[in-house]
Amino acid sequence: MKQKLIITLLLIAACAGAAGAQSRRNLRINEVMVQNDSNYVDDYGHHKAWIELFNTTHAPLNIASVFITNNPATLNKEMSVNERKSLMYPVPLGDVLTKIPKRQHVVFWADGQPTLGTFHANFTLTPGQDNWVAVFDADGVTLIDSVTVPAALGPNQSYARIVDGIDSENGKKLGAAAWQIRDDSEGMPVTPSSNNKIRERNDKIDMFAEKDANGGAMAIMAMGIVFSALLLLCICFYIISKIGAYVSRRNKAESHGTTAAEMPETHKSHDSGEEIAAIAMALHEHLDTHDRENTILTINKVKRAYSPWSSKIYNLRQTPNK
Amino acid sequence: MDFSEFLLSNLQQFWNLTGFHNATWQHFVMLAVGLFFIWLAIKKNFEPMLLVPIGFGMLIGNIPFDTTAGLEVGIYEEGSVLNILYNGVSAGWYPPLIFLGIGAMTDFSALIANPKLMLIGAAAQFGIFGAYMVALLLGFAPDQAGAIAIIGGADGPTAIFLSSKLAPNLMGAIAVSAYSYMALVPVIQPPIMRLFTTKHERLIKMKPARAVSQNEKIIFPIVGLLLTCFVVPSGIPLLGMLFFGNLLRECGVCTRLAKTASNALTDIVTILLGMTVGASTQASEFLTAQTIGIFALGFMAFIIASTSGVLFVKLFNLFLPAAKKINPLIGNAGVSAVPMSARISNNLGLEYDPSNYLLMHAMGPNVAGVIGSAVAAGVLLGFLA
Repeated sequence: MKQKLIITLLLIAACAGAAGAQSRRNLRINEVMVQNDSNYVDDYGHHKAWIELFNTTHAPLNIASVFITNNPATLNKEMSVNERKSLMYPVPLGDVLTKIPKRQHVVFWADGQPTLGTFHANFTLTPGQDNWVAVFDADGVTLIDSVTVPAALGPNQSYARIVDGIDSENGKKLGAAAWQIRDDSEGMPVTPSSNNKIRERNDKIDMFAEKDANGGAMAIMAMGIVFSALLLLCICFYIISKIGAYVSRRNKAESHGTTAAEMPETHKSHDSGEEIAAIAMALHEHLDTHDRENTILTINKVKRAYSPWSSKIYNLRQTPNK
Repeated sequence: MDFSEFLLSNLQQFWNLTGFHNATWQHFVMLAVGLFFIWLAIKKNFEPMLLVPIGFGMLIGNIPFDTTAGLEVGIYEEGSVLNILYNGVSAGWYPPLIFLGIGAMTDFSALIANPKLMLIGAAAQFGIFGAYMVALLLGFAPDQAGAIAIIGGADGPTAIFLSSKLAPNLMGAIAVSAYSYMALVPVIQPPIMRLFTTKHERLIKMKPARAVSQNEKIIFPIVGLLLTCFVVPSGIPLLGMLFFGNLLRECGVCTRLAKTASNALTDIVTILLGMTVGASTQASEFLTAQTIGIFALGFMAFIIASTSGVLFVKLFNLFLPAAKKINPLIGNAGVSAVPMSARISNNLGLEYDPSNYLLMHAMGPNVAGVIGSAVAAGVLLGFLA
């Protein structure tokens, strides 16, 4: 009993741990600005380089204990885990603001001043050269996401994902194609702490309204899917019923001391519930047992424990029942 | 201010808060509709379990009051008790709980014994997509059209679930329309069934279904969940709960849970769902031209669904040997009004041949309709959400 309990608790703990790790792995670096001269300001009114992270899930995501770094040496597997962790900025525990709401963003300042607050990293980014930025999971080893910000990025320009959190299309990794340099001009907005792609309308609905104005395509597709799902279930249960019939025939044959193939045809047939009921009724009539049944009188003592809650005295009348 | 002035001004303020002062003709129309629903349920016995809570909910939701007074009593006022209860509808968690109960109540034996009946349940879903096309023609946006069309599935919880996701502003009208037509199934379906079948077809006797082993009954919800949800993951909330409830029923080791899911839990959620749906039909939101359009489309969707079920059986019969023909009177049961539409198939069958009991055969497409409408809702949600 104790063993079962321990196994269950371990399974629950493992599942919970795996779920936490799994959701943190849906964190993405979404936009980076290396040289901030007149763009977004921090809580102290200063312009600093920033890194925006995006929670791609549809659930809140606590990023406390993940690591952010710009040091590629953290990928060196020959270094110990602790050595690697010492090269990164650990997002502190205990700050409620590290919990990112679903599909929302958080901005870290790459100013090398972690004492200024949770969102101030212990490293800086260098303009005029490639800057590698990465996020590691709490173990300090599992790389969640990384990006190399090109040296060509000018002042007040950001390197941003075209669509928030998206790094693949049709299962294919997009790599650098998922990113673009933005200069805050029209159509290329720099968007710290907000969506890179601003959705004003539901694209899917617009597409259906435009391409399928009469609903024919939807009807064909949807009916096809409904039929396929139920047809799949139908075929599956046809096969299961065949297997069930074979197993029951084999069991029957075994009870007759023969094999399923040698069973006479009459034994193979299924007796329906109705046939069995009819046979039972006929036997019942034939044996004429019902008269004796009617003479059976059963007397049970009925215990009526008194309680004011069940007392009818306290009710005006019984609940009406049509 | 002397005492009499103080008294008068307070009484004046109180008068401004009363229903008499705030009433409009729309409120009285909605109160009359609520009373009509209660009358239908009690006197005509039309789906009383649904129409009494909905009808009374309409009375609750349409008592006029000053919405600017900040009383926090209205169903749409955040933080009010009714608003908290309404969250189950607006966030869509009542319908999956109802589906849990439906799963725990439903015996899928008829379907397992004769799996081809599942296709009738699929065919009846054409009502949904036929209505979708007409709704688009009438000028509804695709998401609104999808939410309205689901009425054709004849499944109240599914209609509420989908409309809460696709068109929350139309949910009251869609829910009331879906439940009204479900209550009117005995009136709507028989003429359609008579119209599209011949006397010879109505007399078709189907072979009794084979006995289904407990193992098959246990495998069904598991395989059913995996297959349908792998095809339509957006149907997980409804299909997951439906099959889960059914597994509780059939596994034989969770009798207490199955009993609670099928009785107490379903009753509690039905009361809350019906009452809050009724209360959500506030005159200002409900009495619009759109509502009339929704009722008309819902009616049409029901007719198309019933017709397509019957016609599909006739088509299916062309490919079946004489001994395995299906009585087209069970085609109407492809809509998921369980067990009402199956009972109608049975009654109509008995009308033409008093020894032809179709109930168990009709239960097959009927429960397939529940699965089919949940799959259809998942498809619409996947495409349009």
